[in-house]
Amino acid sequence: MPIIAEVGKKETASDCFVKLKITKKGGIKIDLKSKVESMYGKSIRNTAKKMMNFFGIENADIYIEDAGTFPFVLTARIEAAIKKCFPKKQEEFLGKLLPQNLYSVKRDRFRRSRLYVPGDQPRLIINAGLYKPDAIILDLEDSVAPSEKESARFIVRNALREVDFLGAERMVRINQLPMGLHDLGFVVPHNVHTILIPKCENSDQVKEVDERISEFRIQNSEFRIFLMPIIESALGVINAYEIATASKNIVALTIGLEDYTADIGTQRTSEGTESFWARSQVVNAARAAGIQPIDSVFSDVADEEGLKNSVLEAKSLGFEGKGCIHPGQIKIIHTNFAPTEKEIEKAKRIVLALEDAQKKGTGVVSLGSKMIDPPVVKRAQNILRLTGGK
Amino acid sequence: MKGKNNAVGRWIPEKINGNPVIPFQGVGKYIPDYNKAAPPVASCANYPKDGNKVVPNLREALKKAGIRNGMTVSTHHHFRNGDKVANFLFDTIADMGIKDTRWFPSASFPCHSPIIKHLESGVVHYIEGSMNGPLGEFCSRGKMKGQGVLRSHGGRYRAVQDGQVHIDIAVIGAPTADPFGNANALYGKSACGSIMFALADSQYADKVIMVTDNLVPFPCIPWQINGNNVDFVVEMDEIGDPSKIVSGTTKLTRSPARLLIAELTARFIKESGIMKDGFSFQAGAGGIALAFVIHLKKFMKEAGVKAGWVRGGSTKYLVELLEEGLTNAILDGQTFDLDGIRSMRENPNHVWTSPFTSYSYHGKGHFASMVDVVVLGATEVDVNFNANVVTHSDGMLLHGIGGWQDCLFSKCTILAIPSFRDRIPVIVDRVTTLCGPGELIDVIVTEKGIAINPLRKDLLKALKGSILPIKPIEEIKKEVERICGGPPAPPKVDKNRVVAAIQWVDGTVIDVVYKMM
Repeated sequence: MPIIAEVGKKETASDCFVKLKITKKGGIKIDLKSKVESMYGKSIRNTAKKMMNFFGIENADIYIEDAGTFPFVLTARIEAAIKKCFPKKQEEFLGKLLPQNLYSVKRDRFRRSRLYVPGDQPRLIINAGLYKPDAIILDLEDSVAPSEKESARFIVRNALREVDFLGAERMVRINQLPMGLHDLGFVVPHNVHTILIPKCENSDQVKEVDERISEFRIQNSEFRIFLMPIIESALGVINAYEIATASKNIVALTIGLEDYTADIGTQRTSEGTESFWARSQVVNAARAAGIQPIDSVFSDVADEEGLKNSVLEAKSLGFEGKGCIHPGQIKIIHTNFAPTEKEIEKAKRIVLALEDAQKKGTGVVSLGSKMIDPPVVKRAQNILRLTGGK
Repeated sequence: MKGKNNAVGRWIPEKINGNPVIPFQGVGKYIPDYNKAAPPVASCANYPKDGNKVVPNLREALKKAGIRNGMTVSTHHHFRNGDKVANFLFDTIADMGIKDTRWFPSASFPCHSPIIKHLESGVVHYIEGSMNGPLGEFCSRGKMKGQGVLRSHGGRYRAVQDGQVHIDIAVIGAPTADPFGNANALYGKSACGSIMFALADSQYADKVIMVTDNLVPFPCIPWQINGNNVDFVVEMDEIGDPSKIVSGTTKLTRSPARLLIAELTARFIKESGIMKDGFSFQAGAGGIALAFVIHLKKFMKEAGVKAGWVRGGSTKYLVELLEEGLTNAILDGQTFDLDGIRSMRENPNHVWTSPFTSYSYHGKGHFASMVDVVVLGATEVDVNFNANVVTHSDGMLLHGIGGWQDCLFSKCTILAIPSFRDRIPVIVDRVTTLCGPGELIDVIVTEKGIAINPLRKDLLKALKGSILPIKPIEEIKKEVERICGGPPAPPKVDKNRVVAAIQWVDGTVIDVVYKMM
């Protein structure tokens, strides 16, 4: 059992560094160096004491270097340090699950924008909902350094309970399997809406995740947890349909182009010729499976024109959404996924035809001499919903 | 220590630096009825007929100006964090063996931290002026011998006008000057746009020394400061560091939360109907204010609306409005970047203004109250819309007032601020230092929503049914406290040690700053 654990970050605003040393005697000693000492010093010390008591630790030296840490992060950092010293401790120090976080989402809701937020960056997490993305992804995978992974799990868990995401779909990107299965324990019981499975290559991986989720969900079975596999390899693209149909919980399928282009031995270009086939394959697989096809991220946050063109291209390929790595991308994505006037006009005519059919009591919707299939009607309704805002 | 509570419920001591204090009586309540102060009568017979007032160096000029222990010496902040005049001045004064001076700057910056050694050695007794960064901290720790007195830009002009502060020697840094003392800030390597913060000093000080690093033959055209008020002219190698005079100010914020605040602010101005043909606005050079101008400009273009006039601190973003015909004029207090300086030099509709025309309480009206909407910052705001702009929530004095108090007289005052910084709430129950009364603060725009002062029923009505996130300020405060883990503990200060007084624009005292424990 290690008796010293160091977690967190020094000199990072809204975060802290915690060094915990388990001792044999002398009780709990807290050494706090805080930028907000006069305002929250007492509260920080109280939290640390309360947590030591909760975990039954009687003797320890705790050094905290604080740059204005939010309470949900402070408790996450301290718990991470404790569990580094006592890996077998099962108890969890959980803050109150905000009542405003107890919402569920529909499987066919809009997923035009999904904002990636690194799981170890509290400053970005705390405000993520303000920018009104359709979904927020708390990321445990590539944006979190290996040394930060364990601490990030506690931060993401606490964020799911204590941070108000203002109605966005609450997503978590777990690590690549098998590590990702371990991540699930930190998020499934805390009303996560959707799990993103990275580097997905076959249906077994989806099933593994699905099974693990149902194990954890016994504690909290109120809402259903959706899945969104990310295809990031040549094999994944080949198996896209198999993956898309691996579970009834899958609501969308997406593609990660950085890894995919590396896997096929090329580089990502702004024209995207190299990934055209793969992206079309993902759209096809998703449509065939009746789920949403979602495009990769656009990584140059300063290039607004490039993003706009990329969204229009994605829309023309059949995608319904795109990933964002900066809040400034959200509005551009929403605006350009929005239907054109021509699409809106057509949608209105279809919905009117539907109402007409309902009045007549017939199940068949037709526009002129053309019969309209139910998915087309649904799409038209979706378009009108889009134009009317959320 | 004796004292009493003022009109906003803040305890005010009877005396500051041994002088009697008038506690704040309410906005527009204090109406003094005596004559203005006046400098000694000058006679041209005492000055060189050829108009050449150049003396070899600053030491010589100070000697000729009759510098003595205990005098009040003024400088100006036109060169911002690149100023070299004030440090050189007090090094010279120290070298001359002069003690117990009172420094009366129009503002100080972190570059002035070398003054601390003169405060410690007794060359400078205390600072009467805004204290920024290290000087503010020095004052907060109770290390300054006298008590600081902070005024707004308009308040400083007023204090000189009504004799509250008498300047013995004014030292004015001029980017361009002639031997007669005419000066401007439009040309020269240290060009900063305008030097009008020195206007009162040039008019009212006993002796005026013009210091320049660009001496040009008479006449220096145009002159912003009139040579007829100047006693001596001194040439120096460098009066400022050009890279710091205009540095950092036109950088747009990348912070998504701040960009959101800027956008909400512009939308508020559009949707409240304030943005209409001929309207006027003022915005500073902070990150949110700059981004706000960009959004407002977009809305103005979309709606085909043109402003009548805008007030600077000007930046390239205001200059673009002028050059694209979206405003008829810029009335400019100070110029923050090179585009602003160029425009002021070349465009007759980009006009330099002084704290007198813009702000002074002793004017027969001023521009600030004619501005339709102003966008400002603050360190704290309370639920009654009272705001703080000088101290942080731990009690530390770190910022000057600038033109902030003066600008509150705009028809609509908006504080565009994040609702918390790191973990520190900005919306609080009680501000640490009350610098501006809530009755003058109309709207708070934060990333979490917009709060309208209940006193502004007209604005509440105009925005009724708006899609903007308008909420009671208490609601925003509650949300912020949830995020930050409850309200912050009050600052730990020694209530028996007042280290600085915050004057209101009229010269009464609105609050004091205490020594930090």
